[in-house]
Amino acid sequence: MNIVVCIKQVPDSDKVTIDRETNRLNRAGVPSIINPFDENALEMALQLKDQHGGKVTVLSMGPPQAEEALRTALSHGADEAVLISDRRFGGADTWATSYTLSLALKKLAGPIDLILFGKQAIDGDTAQVGPGVAHFYGVPMITYAKSCEVTAGGFRVQQVTDHGYNVWDVEKPAALTVVKEANELRMPSLKKKLASKKAEIPVWGVDILQPDEDKIGLNGSPTKVNRIFAPPTKVNKELLSGEPADIVKELIFKLRERKVL
Amino acid sequence: MSAEKEIWVFAEQENGQLAGVVYELLTRGRMLAEKSGFTLCAVLTSADGKPMHQELFNYGAKKIYNVEDDRLETYQNDYFAKVVHELIEKEKPEIVLYGATTIGRSLAPTVAVMGWAGLTADCTELDFDTERQILLQTRPAFGGNIMATIICPDHRPQMATVRPNVFKKERVGENETGEIVDARVDLSGVKERMKRVESVIEEVNTVDLKAADYIVSGGRGLGKSENFKIIEALANALGGAVGASRATVDAGWISHHHQVGQTGKTVCPLVYIACGISGAIQHLAGMQSADLIIAINKDPDAPIFDVADFGLIGDLHRIVPELTKQINELKG
Ligand SMILES: Cc1cc2nc3c(=O)[nH]c(=O)nc-3n(C[C@H](O)[C@H](O)[C@H](O)COP(=O)(O)OP(=O)(O)OC[C@H]3O[C@@H](n4cnc5c(N)ncnc54)[C@H](O)[C@@H]3O)c2cc1C
Ligand SMILES: Nc1ncnc2c1ncn2[C@@H]1O[C@H](COP(=O)(O)O)[C@@H](O)[C@H]1O
Repeated sequence: MNIVVCIKQVPDSDKVTIDRETNRLNRAGVPSIINPFDENALEMALQLKDQHGGKVTVLSMGPPQAEEALRTALSHGADEAVLISDRRFGGADTWATSYTLSLALKKLAGPIDLILFGKQAIDGDTAQVGPGVAHFYGVPMITYAKSCEVTAGGFRVQQVTDHGYNVWDVEKPAALTVVKEANELRMPSLKKKLASKKAEIPVWGVDILQPDEDKIGLNGSPTKVNRIFAPPTKVNKELLSGEPADIVKELIFKLRERKVL
Repeated sequence: MSAEKEIWVFAEQENGQLAGVVYELLTRGRMLAEKSGFTLCAVLTSADGKPMHQELFNYGAKKIYNVEDDRLETYQNDYFAKVVHELIEKEKPEIVLYGATTIGRSLAPTVAVMGWAGLTADCTELDFDTERQILLQTRPAFGGNIMATIICPDHRPQMATVRPNVFKKERVGENETGEIVDARVDLSGVKERMKRVESVIEEVNTVDLKAADYIVSGGRGLGKSENFKIIEALANALGGAVGASRATVDAGWISHHHQVGQTGKTVCPLVYIACGISGAIQHLAGMQSADLIIAINKDPDAPIFDVADFGLIGDLHRIVPELTKQINELKG
């Protein structure tokens, strides 16, 4: 079983704030982590490998420091890692990211059986890269996978839906995006942790992937950020304090004035 | 290519039932159509579309692209993506909107890369810039800590997904009419790479947060599970539903079906009453677009007051029962 997991290094979004004066992100000192949902994709891959043997490769596109995320993935049990990094890939939206990742998949040695993604990345929360890569690479895609079993011709996948779940049979090779409920990532082993520090991580750029240069980076991205701003706060709010009976009376009066009661 | 510029709404359906978000998208689509002068259209892919046409017209579609095929009865990404992609190539709409449902969030990104379209996920605001003639797509990022307005200047169509309950739905009339285009897409060449073998609906005793006009939500400030009783009593007095913060769900005080927020439900009631909820950004993400927000919290600095129209500062254990009592008196 040859499995590839796409992982993204993201700022810990709980700690990112916006400067309300300048509308800029305060990112200084915010730690970088593996996108939490990608940990679930990695664990799914490791479990399939435990049961069926094979190899787990982690792939990440990002700036040079994204290498840290790949080393972390190796310490949890991934076998190989590749970093996709080049200034010319910078500024990519989900379209250009999907295209670039699909080229890297085509470049990997040997036939791939399964490609796993996190449900979404917590910086952008778009959930678009998985389906995008699947199409560019030419494999069927099941989103929001909670479990995956190997069958004769492919996989049986449980997909979480808005009101319950679906079960799909999908042929291999296939791509899945994985939800949090699927599992919890195992602890890194000491031995692997040491090995991961020394592992060779090849870096693939434009020269290796040979993309259509119109389709990468900022140029290849159909969407642009027009403006970022702090979430709006209500300006005309009324705060009431005092004896419950009194403030409730006042509230009810105002609600009736507004005809919502 | 159609002569007029068009805004499309993907009319998601399952077994002949339109998804609720379709009505919300059509309602918002009408505003965009008015501002842009484009024609509002619905794209309906199903085994038998007729029973759904009237409702699509009633919510403002002027034209329906009706694609029928037995293979479109339930969702299958390969089939649906091929149909929508081919229609887009042929008719060249300016804008395509999808619900951010399990289906929409698989279909839209696939269609986006089949062409070279821009796609913005989970928009909370959609507007039209008449000067630049482009769609302004606003959405939260970094877990709701910032808002970003995304545009797609050079590629068409401009596509967006919107979570259910972000926009209000409003019917135009009962007997609206429009044009029906019988669009044909040949699926015979598409290989069946995946097959749905089972579909299970679990949410049976659905707490109808989505349809409720009034929602009363409880947070960790309740202190213990039993205190949800006072939340229920207020919800009953108002004829509304009970919501909850994740802290209370994680504590096991109430089932996750009640959870409001980023990882729970998005709700848009007339009135949202948050009791003992601090107003973490992830909670706000699910209820900020309520028409009127009332917060009850003993901490005057709680962030929930930033989004509230009315804030009652004090002990919820005294305020909530008092509110229930006075409302019941009022209703006599
Ligand atoms: C990835 C992620 C996703 C998340 N998704 C969600 C989500 O979907 N929904 C969600 O709700 N949360 C979500 N959270 C959790 C969120 O960050 C908060 O932890 C949670 O909303 C807090 O719940 P709370 O307001 O009930 O509790 P607290 O933050 O503990 O607030 C309790 C409030 O009650 C007040 N209080 C206490 N006693 C009283 C009293 N007697 N009278 C009046 N007021 C009182 C306190 O002043 C305080 O403001 C998510 C977190 C993460 C990291
Ligand atoms: N730059 C990247 N490198 C590797 N994988 C990525 C990258 N961006 C996104 N992904 C994968 O795609 C998933 C969805 O990301 P997104 O569409 O940005 O929400 C993530 O959970 C990752 O598995």
